[in-house]
Amino acid sequence: MEWANAIIQGILLGGLYGLFAAGLSLIFGVMRLVNIAHGDLIVLAAYLALVATQTLGLDPLASLLIVVPAMALIGYALQRLLLNRTLGDDLLPPLLVTFGLSIIIQNGLLEIFSADSRRLQAGALETAALPLAGLSIGLLPLLQFGVAVAAIAGLQLLSWRTPLGRAFRATADDPEVARLMGLDNRHVFALAMALSLAIVALAGVFLALRTNFDPAIGPARLIFGFEAVIIGGLGSLWGTLAGGILLGVAQSIGAQIDPGWQILAGHLLFLAVLAIRPQGLFPRLAA
Amino acid sequence: MTSSADPILALAGIRKRFGAVVVADGIDLAVRHGEALGILGPNGAGKTTLFGMVTGNVRPDAGTVTFESRDVTALSPARRCRLGMARSFQVPQPFSGLTVFENLVTAAAFGAGEHESATYDRCAEILERCGLLPLANSRAGTLRLLDRKRLELARALATKPRLLLLDEVAGGLTERECETLVTLIRDLRNTGMTVVWIEHVLHALTAVADRVVVLHGGRLIAEGTATEVVRHPAVAEVYMGIPMDA
Repeated sequence: MEWANAIIQGILLGGLYGLFAAGLSLIFGVMRLVNIAHGDLIVLAAYLALVATQTLGLDPLASLLIVVPAMALIGYALQRLLLNRTLGDDLLPPLLVTFGLSIIIQNGLLEIFSADSRRLQAGALETAALPLAGLSIGLLPLLQFGVAVAAIAGLQLLSWRTPLGRAFRATADDPEVARLMGLDNRHVFALAMALSLAIVALAGVFLALRTNFDPAIGPARLIFGFEAVIIGGLGSLWGTLAGGILLGVAQSIGAQIDPGWQILAGHLLFLAVLAIRPQGLFPRLAA
Repeated sequence: MTSSADPILALAGIRKRFGAVVVADGIDLAVRHGEALGILGPNGAGKTTLFGMVTGNVRPDAGTVTFESRDVTALSPARRCRLGMARSFQVPQPFSGLTVFENLVTAAAFGAGEHESATYDRCAEILERCGLLPLANSRAGTLRLLDRKRLELARALATKPRLLLLDEVAGGLTERECETLVTLIRDLRNTGMTVVWIEHVLHALTAVADRVVVLHGGRLIAEGTATEVVRHPAVAEVYMGIPMDA
């Protein structure tokens, strides 16, 4: 029973990792940009939610109504004003710039909020649980998992069924030709980043509800996001969610064996996938 | 105001060099509304770069590009496309991950600025006209050369251009395939579209073009009907190595 519980908790945690990874995967897919600051942006979103709940007295979930658009706006501006200038044939400039951004965000948050560990309080929701076959499933992790699945489904739908999704895919295929067909790359890329950071906002708020956070935890979230993307296979959104879930399950099984093994078990799974199936478990079928 | 007497496209004093290579050395060129203009020139003459400067992918070092009496020199390729110019590439560059139909719909929605669902009928019509309808749902990356060339043309048409720039659409095709394409382009022309066509396949060009210019060393060295141009001494020198005074 304990093991079944560990696996279920792992799956639910995996939803959060899927959220970490989805935004990362989206912008890599559209513009080949590896966003090193992704984890720190998740933390930034968590602090925005903290400020919103403290100053406006909002419920953490209601704060999403502010944090999601705010992060999307930040994403649009960031891409338009900074990151678009770094894109080109060379992958290195965006890596360096987002690495710098990561340091700036961490230190900015440290300056404003100090290194104290914070948490968002969700009141009764935090302890609410559903009994299920002798197990007790937390309502909050369940909600977080549901939001992750909905976000990935939404992204999938957007990508294959809407003009914006086609614009993303066309620009990813050939940005130069896309411009000749009337697509403004700078705008398309900025929309992709806005969407990515909207998902980051969801991830940040659920992270902050689940666990303590401080300005320095961003890079580890980035690693979990990367691992989920690689395990799932590049270019596949459902694969990314599956990758997140596998990572979550591995971590929680590791923790069940020995609390010190939680993070290690996740990394081991990641290394095993890299060694045995480097294209990931569910890569998108090539043309 | 645009009157039909004004040229649809005017290049004035266009200069461009890549390091030591001069690809445009003060090019002046006017294209009339509804005209079919052919551009000839040996490889490396700067023909494709000239298209790049018209559509905005390549920024000229000097000179202006005027489209329908509007100076577009500083506008982005996307803006120029929405104003009504489109081009095809010598090496077809479809959005390979999208289906043929999606390629057109994307070009139509963003290039012509229409609501996507409003473009379906028109896109299907263009596909039919280009002989691509049976392949509408195929992924563009899987097409063979002729179909890629057709898609290249179809996608350009989907943006509703008034000025269509074609870059060697006949190259690499069989005689029959070439004929089909020439008929298609001539039909487009007859609907009033202005066509500027870079082509090595001379008889294809002759069948459509009212006027041909020859580009060499960054300059226009000859102009006239196709027959006049091939007899021009400067052209003979460039192509055959026969000195002009011989």
